[in-house]
Amino acid sequence: MQHIFNGLVSGSFLAMLALGLAVIFGMLGVVNFAHGAFYMLGAFGAYLLLSEWGVNYWLALAAVPVVLGLLGALVERVLIRRLSALDPLYNFLLTFGLALVLQDLVRREYGVQSQPYPSPVTATVDFGLFTYPAYQVMVLGVSLVVCLAVWLVLSKTRLGVIVRAATERPELTRALGIDVGRYVAPMFGFGVALAGFAGVLAAPMRAVNPLMGGDLIITVFAVVVIGGLGSIFGSVTAGFAIGLITAVANLYVPTLSQTIVFILMAAVLLWRPAGLFGREEAFT
Amino acid sequence: MILSRLAKRPVLLAVGLVTALALPWMIYPPVAMDVLCWALFAVALDVLLGFTGLLSFGHAAFWGTAAYTAGLLAIHYSVPFPVAVLGAAVAAAVLAVPIGYLSVRRTGIYFAMVTLAFAQMVYFLANQWSGLTGGENGLQGIPRELFGADLSDPFFFYYYGLPLVLLGLWAAWRIVRSPFGRVLTAIRDNPARARALGYPVDRYKLLAFVLSAGLSGLAGGLYAISHGFASLQEVNWTTSGKVVIMVVLGGIGTLWGPGLGSLIMVQLNDFLSTAGFDGIDLVTGGVLILIVLLFRRGIWGTVVDLVSRRSERPATKETDAPAEEPVTSGSA
Repeated sequence: MQHIFNGLVSGSFLAMLALGLAVIFGMLGVVNFAHGAFYMLGAFGAYLLLSEWGVNYWLALAAVPVVLGLLGALVERVLIRRLSALDPLYNFLLTFGLALVLQDLVRREYGVQSQPYPSPVTATVDFGLFTYPAYQVMVLGVSLVVCLAVWLVLSKTRLGVIVRAATERPELTRALGIDVGRYVAPMFGFGVALAGFAGVLAAPMRAVNPLMGGDLIITVFAVVVIGGLGSIFGSVTAGFAIGLITAVANLYVPTLSQTIVFILMAAVLLWRPAGLFGREEAFT
Repeated sequence: MILSRLAKRPVLLAVGLVTALALPWMIYPPVAMDVLCWALFAVALDVLLGFTGLLSFGHAAFWGTAAYTAGLLAIHYSVPFPVAVLGAAVAAAVLAVPIGYLSVRRTGIYFAMVTLAFAQMVYFLANQWSGLTGGENGLQGIPRELFGADLSDPFFFYYYGLPLVLLGLWAAWRIVRSPFGRVLTAIRDNPARARALGYPVDRYKLLAFVLSAGLSGLAGGLYAISHGFASLQEVNWTTSGKVVIMVVLGGIGTLWGPGLGSLIMVQLNDFLSTAGFDGIDLVTGGVLILIVLLFRRGIWGTVVDLVSRRSERPATKETDAPAEEPVTSGSA
């Protein structure tokens, strides 16, 4: 039971990162390699705010994603936009370069050792059969709420309709008098903010170090390939599911715990190349 | 006109050969050896990226697997080093069969992500299987053996390694110029038409992937032998990224360019670390951003452009560089 909870908690990070990736991909057609770096910056931002200025966790949780979101919007304006008319692989390479730069900047400043971050909530929740740290329960709850909220906004509101329309038929949406370009930078910023938010949430639980994002983002790539990158619902569901499956695998076959996500990806590629919830690609 | 074009290739080849032969005189011999290995690795990736239109972000899997294989063959069976390196190339090619089979089901950006993910899987396996790979410590003390010859001097070892690399480069050139390579280019430019013409597109892609992996393995095996160790760094995603940067810097789809790109990157790396500057990723990442923003054709592609623009009649380009936009035409 406890392992299932562990799985869901680590799944909630995968889900939030996958959600951010999917939102950005949906709007811009860009796969953001730097997503893991922004996640790392989120965690580091929280750590720096606390250690340098004594800013507490809750303020960091609110402020860091906003700052990173603005940074993300700026990155879109200054860099991503210049390549948006070209093959998306160029932006993939660009964000890869950006990830290297961000990661190395932090490493030069603070080294690779992990920085401690005290948990803001030390209580535990008693579930009868077992007790569980309240902070982890909160993380799970918050991420579920966030994912649900984003999904609701995108599927039910006018903003969501515009964003989805701009995703599917940018020219037609523009022809209907909607300035698609205006939404691009905010959506990129929003995706980045989600990564930062996940990073702050992760700070008290995970080792805060410059390399924490690099490895994680590759797992998230596998998650979105499984879920179908074009599908927000698929990405989030796959995130939670992979977290769960990994935890269960860790329990029964510990040697598989790191690789099972890739084995699942291989299976999905064999059986449904477009991803579980993705649509078939255009026949190229 | 035709004469000058015919003359150009032998001149280029001669310049390339002389550079390769003179390299250990010009730069520190172990670094020259690194240039050689990375050049072959980058050219191998270019066969896939430039001529088939598939961006693999997971070639570290093949380079690293080959490094481990060469190391294990040399340590446990003390085979002559060319045998170890060729065995490593075969191992990399064999690994590429299942990975390629699954990966070519996706194109464009997805292909990059899927190959990256599979390479990460290989990384985790190498980390876990520490009885074989040495885990965090890597394989150390890989011997260089060739019928008792003294290979300890890196200057001389360079010339023992060079034929293997030239063999690999020649193979890459043959692949690209063969009828098979023409089909690959056709698939890159218009997969739907190639399929309509009756070519089994996925099988061609898979074969290109396996060949590219095999050549990468040749490079990786030699790299491990020349360094005397193979570490987890060899299978890390940063290695996959590094070779992609070399290809993009030199010029996608030019074969010469990736070689040039590796020379520059390895030299830059060496210069920065001897200068005590601790931020190699910072510089390489910055270089990649600038190249992608400003010189998407890479150094070689840009130079070829300038040269052909200056000649009166726009000569047909020597290279098969794809037109500015699509890296791959089969975008997802």
